[in-house]
Amino acid sequence: MQPVLCIDFGSTFTKVTAIDVDKPEILATSQAFTTINSDINEGLDQALQDIIEQTNISSWPQRYACSSAAGGLKMIAIGLVPELTSEAAKRAALSAGAKVLKTYAFELNEKEIHEIQQLEPDIILFTGGIDGGNQSVVLSNTQRLRQLNHRCPIIYAGNKTISDTVKKELSACNWEVYVVDNVMPSINVLNITQARQCIREVFLKHIVIAKGLTQVEKTIENIIMPTPSAVLKAAELLSVGTIGSKGIGELMIIDVGGATTDVHSVAKGEPKQSNVIIKGLMEPFVKRTVEGDLGARYSLPALVDGVGIDVVASVIGTSRMTVQQILDDLKNHPESFMEEPGLLKTLDDVAAEIAVKESTKRHAGYLEVHYTPFGTVYEQIGKDLSGVHHVIGTGGPLIHHLNVRSALRASQHDNRDPLSLRPTDARFYLDKDYIIAAMGLLSINHPKAALTLLKKHLIEV
Amino acid sequence: MERQIKVILGVIGADVHAVGNKILHYAYTQAGFFVVNLGVMVSQEEFIDAAMEAEADVIIVSSLYGHGELDCKGLRDKCIEAGLENILLYVGGNLVVGKTDFKTVEKKFLDMGFNRVYEPGSDPALSVEHIKKDVQNR
Repeated sequence: MQPVLCIDFGSTFTKVTAIDVDKPEILATSQAFTTINSDINEGLDQALQDIIEQTNISSWPQRYACSSAAGGLKMIAIGLVPELTSEAAKRAALSAGAKVLKTYAFELNEKEIHEIQQLEPDIILFTGGIDGGNQSVVLSNTQRLRQLNHRCPIIYAGNKTISDTVKKELSACNWEVYVVDNVMPSINVLNITQARQCIREVFLKHIVIAKGLTQVEKTIENIIMPTPSAVLKAAELLSVGTIGSKGIGELMIIDVGGATTDVHSVAKGEPKQSNVIIKGLMEPFVKRTVEGDLGARYSLPALVDGVGIDVVASVIGTSRMTVQQILDDLKNHPESFMEEPGLLKTLDDVAAEIAVKESTKRHAGYLEVHYTPFGTVYEQIGKDLSGVHHVIGTGGPLIHHLNVRSALRASQHDNRDPLSLRPTDARFYLDKDYIIAAMGLLSINHPKAALTLLKKHLIEV
Repeated sequence: MERQIKVILGVIGADVHAVGNKILHYAYTQAGFFVVNLGVMVSQEEFIDAAMEAEADVIIVSSLYGHGELDCKGLRDKCIEAGLENILLYVGGNLVVGKTDFKTVEKKFLDMGFNRVYEPGSDPALSVEHIKKDVQNR
């Protein structure tokens, strides 16, 4: 027996998963409220106590933790052209598990500098220009950043020609500067590996301290990564496998939360037809997108707005007034439940389904049709996920969904929207025991056990 | 050290003629230019975005399928809007359908804000000379 604890400090709950790596099996799971404002160990101890009672094991020498408490890893991305380096920077930050507060393009102005100050990011990812390309905008933004009244680690991943200058200028103004490879070294080429690695290291070195999580370091070897990063690790492991153990192939993980919906795809996303030309910035093999307006609880008003309140009302079979009433009640008491739990539950479920549909639509690529003198030619923007055979749902609103299969089906190709490249023929799975992030953590030192447990505990629905 | 000249290359619109594009890429690389080749089916916006990220000196637009006039209209205005007032715009290929006198075609494209216009069969070496000269005089 080799007991391991995987801990996920969420903004609301601290979730603990106890695993025996040798067998491997999940021994117990437990959760308690996250106590970030007092001592974060209180919540953890409470959950731990429960684990000890369930398993009769009191010694847990191996502990790993990830965290999205205290707002997660908050980042700002700065680039030059919105569709190019700004987008590349955003993707690098997202793939490192960060919460991207805002993405900036072109020369920063006073207002934007002020805004960045207000946002108080944990890390800034600063890019612009291909290697050997634009200097003027990047140098101007360097000067702007010198005037900023906020200091945090800053990672420069722009035009390499001026990286020394940028580093010197910023360091002279007390910025802690890291220089890594350009996220877009030439037009449309995405190169985020080094930037992502650097974000992770900076997170380990600084952010854990800044977030008041150091107290737990006494009891845990390390808070290894932001939670979304653990989910990405698990996704990649499950897809590609590990030495001596095959993965399940291309997949998608949809994580519907109260405030946001995350979509992860592990897939090449190359065109499946012959008359298709790929356009735009290269896509990462492991891609994460976050939709801030799609959540089942806190983002419900925005979500309902997006599809239209009448549509929502008709789907759940009630009046527009009732839906508005629910929205108002939720706004005033987001944690409380309505007097009519049946109706709210239905609305929750509908919201989750809409979140799945919209978030996958935005995540997946699409085709544009061009009628040329040589016949029809298609341009593909983004990833072609039509061949993805495994769609996995996680997050409260899906785990507690009354008809999760129907909700996950919303991620599929729709004949009314033929140019969207979503999966055409997938099987659906549910992370019923809420273990994906824990398995991502476990995979660092025990990939084989993590893979076995993922295959076993993600149940087909 | 002399600054390397940076050129953006691509075939505009819904045009998929790739051969000339490859030849120009080769010729300009041999001439010592920094070449960003966007390939075929390139929109005006892609040309401009690439020119901004690369801080390019010249955008070289190819069009072989006869819709060049429609595809190129407004490119100069968009460049000005994007802060690329001083960028050089070249265009070449089968720019219009049918047998139109080249002088007429050239005038049409010069009026649209292009700096140089090339007829079918032009030697790439000629444009290399022009690029060097125009960038220097800019």
